[in-house]
Parts: sequence; structure tokens; C-alpha cells
Amino acid sequence: MPVNEEFKPTIVAFCCNWCSYAGADLSGTNRLQYPANVKIIRIPCSCRLNPMFILRAFQRGADGVILCGCHPGDCHYTTGNYYARRRMTLLFSMLDFLGIERERTRVEWVSAAEGAKFAATMNDFSATIHKLGPNRRLEDLRCRKD
Amino acid sequence: MQERLKQKAIQLLENGTVDRILGWKTGEFFYDLTPAVFTTREQIEKDFVFNVFSGANLSKYLIAESRKGGKIAAFIKPCDSYSFQQLLKEHRIWRDNVFVVGVQCDGMCDAAKLGDGVLSVKEDGENLIVETLYGEKTVAKADALADRCASCKSKKIVIFDELIGEQGEETENDRFGEVARLEAMTPEERYEFWRGELSRCIRCNACRNVCPACSCEKCVFDNANSGVRNKAAADSFEENMFHIIRAFHVTGRCTDCGECSRVCPQNIPLHLLNRKMIKDINELYGEYQAGADMDTKPPLTNYTVDDCEPSIVHERGGL
Repeated sequence: MPVNEEFKPTIVAFCCNWCSYAGADLSGTNRLQYPANVKIIRIPCSCRLNPMFILRAFQRGADGVILCGCHPGDCHYTTGNYYARRRMTLLFSMLDFLGIERERTRVEWVSAAEGAKFAATMNDFSATIHKLGPNRRLEDLRCRKD
Repeated sequence: MQERLKQKAIQLLENGTVDRILGWKTGEFFYDLTPAVFTTREQIEKDFVFNVFSGANLSKYLIAESRKGGKIAAFIKPCDSYSFQQLLKEHRIWRDNVFVVGVQCDGMCDAAKLGDGVLSVKEDGENLIVETLYGEKTVAKADALADRCASCKSKKIVIFDELIGEQGEETENDRFGEVARLEAMTPEERYEFWRGELSRCIRCNACRNVCPACSCEKCVFDNANSGVRNKAAADSFEENMFHIIRAFHVTGRCTDCGECSRVCPQNIPLHLLNRKMIKDINELYGEYQAGADMDTKPPLTNYTVDDCEPSIVHERGGL
């Protein structure tokens, strides 16, 4: 790997179809900038996020994983994000317990109207991961590209 | 105690209450007791064993045994009874086919704590008389208790048809001391600690196979597409992911019976991961003990509108 090449974090953003995915769309139509290395994956509800998806993303080379869903109380399926919230809290806590940097995972509630919040969140998250450097503690050496 | 259990087993068989008995027999070594099914009086008289090494949790075996037709009696210790009730709650055990004999438990011993060259162990009140290659010695039972029993959560048998010995109470032991010690470390130290522990994992899957909560018929680790199927440790990621997934799958269902750590051939303190989750659930969502009753909703299939946000992990600095 060339020494001077700047580190560009790979960020996987899981976005709820009913809010954050539309929010990302809105930030695009508003010409708001957010880093191109944020890879958005659409899911039907934040509750669809199997915790294993997060581990899988880290395995395949993600440096940070963020989940975006509807604000609690606004879930398209009424209660999905309440369950997701408990699950993610415990999963993040466990990752932290294992010594994985706690800044690498995040949950943010972004509605379909919050295009600006989406862009700001992604910029902020990307900057945080940039400071942290590449994910080395939860990577799969077999999946390393360099 | 062993004689009382034997008599009860024979009585249940002979009066036709059950046609099989689930208990323990000697395995490879005398301190290595293994679960076994007995069908005749002769077998019980010859092989049935119950002593300070009967640590194995029998409740998981009842998933398969209760479906075989006929009725089976099982000897259930206090911590096994939590697992048993948890499995009942999940509709895994056919209750009608099981006769539960609750057994008082005073803690099980860890043969590794008795030193080298142990030939036999006899109970004598509060002491163990240990015969070794180098002569006989007396060890206080309290000193040889398995770690999980030294911090026993409860002596209460939560579900039984018949009881041998005394019913106990929930205890006030501090189970979370070691978890708190790890929480106080920096993330780097924690990472080093877990790297040291988990890198010893040989992916034998013993923890999965023994765990009463890990009883899915189709397990994610048998799925070729899961990315964690390999039966050999391939690199650092493999063990990390295996243990994170396993701990998370039993979150909210783990009764903290400690079987995972008991069977681990590499002595990885796996129960710490489960206890961390139990501790978090207690702190964030209210006290919850899996298997303690049939009605309470498990924390991960429940919610309140005012639950904390996941960012609490950042704010509290590692809970």
C-alpha cells in the first residue's frame, strides 16, 4: 500500500426505506454534499437490521457502520424501531465490551424531511471514522484488499 | 444424596410413572460426569452417579427426549430449572412427557482446582477427601467450588413435580464483579484481554452444543453462507464473530447457568460475555432473570417508548 495515499474510510449506512432512504434522496436533490464513500443499503425498516449485517459489513472491510431509521414513534410499522433500538444498544455495548472502538457504530434517527440532517450526520460520522483510522480490530484478513 | 436419587429413580421406573430416567454417569474420567438415559433398575444401580461433579445441565437434553414418546424423569438442579423453564417458555420441551425431580444443590466442584494426580474424591460433610498419586489430602469444598457456583445466583428450584432435599432461595452473590473489572479498563486493554482469550478458541463448538439457549434446529453456524461456518479457526475475525453472534443470540434468554465456560476446552471465560449482556439488561431495561417465571416478556421482544438511545454506550463510556 502506498504510504502517502490518504485514508478514505468505507462507511456502510443502513437506511430505512420509509424515512432515511428518502432523506438521503432529499439531500441529493437539494445538492447537499456528503462523502462518496458512504455506501447506502436500503432496508425495509430499521428493525430489519440483523445484528449480523453489521458484523458482516465490518468483515467485508467497512470502517464504520451507521443505522438510520425513523424517529421513535414514527415507524411505518408502528413499533419496529423500538425493537431495533434495544437490539442496537445491546450490540454496541457488547462490541464496546470486546474493545472495538465505540465510535465505529452509530444509530441516527433521520426522517424523510431531514435531508440536511442526513448530509450533516454522514459528514460528521465520516470525519469521526477518518480520525479513528482503518478498522483493524474487527476485520477479516481474508477479505483484505490491499 | 446419590442413594436417595437412585431410590427415587428406581421407584419412578417401577411404579410406571416414567419409562426412562435422565441422570448422570461416569464419563472418560471419574470427575467427568456425562448425561445418560437409564431404562432399567440394573443400569441405575450400576451406573447412576450423583456427586460434586454432576454439573452438567440436563434441561437441554429434554428437548429431544420429551419428543420421543413415553415419559421421562429428569433430575434438575436449581440452575438447570431456570434453563428448563426458559425452554418451556419457548415451547421447546413437551411438558407432559417430562417428570421433573428437583434436586437440592450445594454447588458443584471443579476438578481442576483439586490439583494434579487425583485418583478419587469422597465427600465428607463440608470437606472433600481427595486421594491422589501423592497421598491423601482434605480439601474444603468451598475451595474447590466451580467459579460459577462460587457466585451462584439462586438455590431456588423454580419448577418441579417432586423435590429431593430442601428448596432454596435466590442468593445475593455479586456475579458481575469480573464484568465490572473489565468495564473499568480502557478499550485497548479490553481488546487485548479478549484477543488473548478468544484467539485460543479452536472452534470446537462445544459452547454452542451444550448451551440450553442455543437449541435452534437450524443453526447459523451450520449455514455455508454465514461466513462463520468453518469448523477450524481461520483467523482473528472468525472467533470474534462466532462469539459475538453466539452471545447476542442468547441475549435475554441466557439464564447464566455457566455451562459454556465449563465445557470450554480452552478455558475461555465465555460466561463473561453473557453476563455483560445480563448486566446491561438489568441496568437499562430493569431486572430480568431468564427462566425465573413463565410470564415476563423477554427484554428483546419488548420495548418501552422511553428506552435509552444506543448512544448511551458512548455517553456512559462503556456502560
